[in-house]
Amino acid sequence: MKYLDEFADPDLAARLLDRIHAVTTRPWAIMEVCGGQTHSIIRHGIDQLLPAGIEMIHGPGCPVCVTPLEVIDKALEIAARPDVIFCSFGDMLRVPGSDRDLFRVKSEGGDVRVVYSPLDALTLARDNPDREVVFFGIGFETTAPANAMTVYQARRLGVRNFSLLVSHVLVPPAIAAIMESPSCRVQAFLGAGHVCSVMGTAEYPPLAQRYRVPIVVTGFEPLDILEGIRRAVVQLEAGRYEVENAYRRAVPAEGNPAAKAMLQEVFEVTDRAWRGIGVIARSGWRLAPAFAEFDAERRFAVQDIHTAESSVCRSGEVLQGLLKPHECAAFGRECTPRNPLGATMVSSEGACAAYHRYRRLELTRV
Amino acid sequence: MSEVNGRNGAPVDLAAWSCPLPLRDSPTVVMGHGGGGALSAELVEHLFLPAFGPVGELRDSAVVDVGTARVAFSTDSYVVRPLFFPGGSIGDLAVNGTVNDLAMSGAQPLYLSTAFILEEGTALADLGRVAEALGAAARAAGVRLVTGDTKVVDAGHGDGVYVNTAGLGLVGPGVDIRPGRARPGDVVLVSGDLGRHGVAVLSCREGLEFGTAVESDTAPLHGLVAAMLDTGADVHVLRDPTRGGLAASLNEIATTAGVGIEIVERQVPVPPEVADACAILGLDPFYVANEGRLVAVVPPVDADRVLAVMRGHPHGSGAAVIGRVTAEHPAMVVARTGLGATRVVDLPVGEQLPRIC
Repeated sequence: MKYLDEFADPDLAARLLDRIHAVTTRPWAIMEVCGGQTHSIIRHGIDQLLPAGIEMIHGPGCPVCVTPLEVIDKALEIAARPDVIFCSFGDMLRVPGSDRDLFRVKSEGGDVRVVYSPLDALTLARDNPDREVVFFGIGFETTAPANAMTVYQARRLGVRNFSLLVSHVLVPPAIAAIMESPSCRVQAFLGAGHVCSVMGTAEYPPLAQRYRVPIVVTGFEPLDILEGIRRAVVQLEAGRYEVENAYRRAVPAEGNPAAKAMLQEVFEVTDRAWRGIGVIARSGWRLAPAFAEFDAERRFAVQDIHTAESSVCRSGEVLQGLLKPHECAAFGRECTPRNPLGATMVSSEGACAAYHRYRRLELTRV
Repeated sequence: MSEVNGRNGAPVDLAAWSCPLPLRDSPTVVMGHGGGGALSAELVEHLFLPAFGPVGELRDSAVVDVGTARVAFSTDSYVVRPLFFPGGSIGDLAVNGTVNDLAMSGAQPLYLSTAFILEEGTALADLGRVAEALGAAARAAGVRLVTGDTKVVDAGHGDGVYVNTAGLGLVGPGVDIRPGRARPGDVVLVSGDLGRHGVAVLSCREGLEFGTAVESDTAPLHGLVAAMLDTGADVHVLRDPTRGGLAASLNEIATTAGVGIEIVERQVPVPPEVADACAILGLDPFYVANEGRLVAVVPPVDADRVLAVMRGHPHGSGAAVIGRVTAEHPAMVVARTGLGATRVVDLPVGEQLPRIC
């Protein structure tokens, strides 16, 4: 596979950093939307190398982190049923619900399986016609097309023992919600490259104009991120607020028309609660009425969910960029990747986990 | 609060444990307890050791005096799924894994025991292939299978074939290889590129099948170790980075010896196909298991000579210097990133989880 080494080339990175230093005359606060970008920034130490005034604010784009507690608790209920094979992406297994996680359910006898593609869950359903197979369909626009395709295929093939527990979230309403927040400090965004490779870039110019904020669609390798930051700073210094695409090798302006058509058929827009943030209007997808029979929430009619968030976890402020992970009193003490109090400490894309994993050296020196 | 029966049947009060990272209050075993990371270490430290009493420095194999001989003794259980994977099988692992645990004490492995736990209904043809692989691996390693046992459990209560092997070997005079001997200034080497075994196994695991040409690196390493010791070098530490990968091995060395370790990311050899698979799955190659690689910590004066001998050996041809031991940041492993920044290389918690996107 090309692009791994090439887009981490240290000489090219040094040249991009020089150019960022050269154009920066004032402090700027830039939010990277996507958790994959957060992980890359912290893992490679990119924020250590930027000009002192450039602050990276870590955004809410970690799908594991923002999946609402109520949905996690429903997943735990469904996964514990003896007739169910519960399939999930790997990093959902350790996300804490109100009183346990999917690993615990598995250790107590639940049939919980990690799959890499939701279509594998559909195969499992066909291979196990006497069991109910449920896939935990979460994530942003990036993971949604494969989940939509799986439901579409389930209906086409008549696989009645398959269903989707769906909690999809959308990036543009989150950007609007962050900019509407009275405490917002964000002056520019690095757009989530893979979200845009599905959806295209057309949703973003109205946001850039309305909030007078530059949005640079950015990739995930070190050079991608540095180039995204450079373009954002150039715009900020010039007082411009436009949408730029710095990830053209993966993002055509129109996105992926086939994927968008599939999404439009299978899902419909809905209000959605974001864990740690609250309800954002029209910020998610649920199954459209034509596919309602594949909705795990309807099929299992999970009742009596009483959610209980940790009282000390401040992941909501972290997700909104109001608090750096290590500024939380529980960081590294009560709350560690071993014993996460909030979802941001679980996924490798969560800001708290990234700081804990890669940054303790500097944090202990402070 | 849950309780676990400890020594003499007396309850161990989990609430009274003094570890700064208390065991998550799970009343049951979770998969991470077997992952070779922090959860495994806690289980040993807080549940097994208090019940067992003192065992000395924890290492891959114990070195005990029997009469005038210094005997290395080790055991390991193999529960790999699937039983056969690109480049090897559970039979190869069961021999090479225990041989390597002995070799990491500098021992010449001699004898192995083999115990099978079989699930009712397992095809005898499969068991035959496992046995053939085990015998062939033992012959290749020059060790003898001298005793064994077979048990069968009800269908549904096992995963086809589990294998346990225990091994004995002899440690030469003057050889003292253990994690506690790492000293500031020492040089850290690996014997070859990393991540092949873990990626090969993942590539054929149910639900994660993906096409890759990567084969397991499973191999017996005692010949390589003997060649390294024959140089006269004072090898301080040897570890085989199996579960938990390079990161777990380096963290164990740093913690046991009370030293820091600094590695340079770009000097750690990772095959491109492993890097690709890890990038797709969201895994870090430093945490992926190896079954035919070792980490060596040697004094700087011996480093060049040991590296040259490793590179001349079939199981060490890809050897490389990856970093050094330092007095700074004790018990912490730090990597210099490709861009020149630094990051912590943490002890894995439990299992590595394929990422969502």
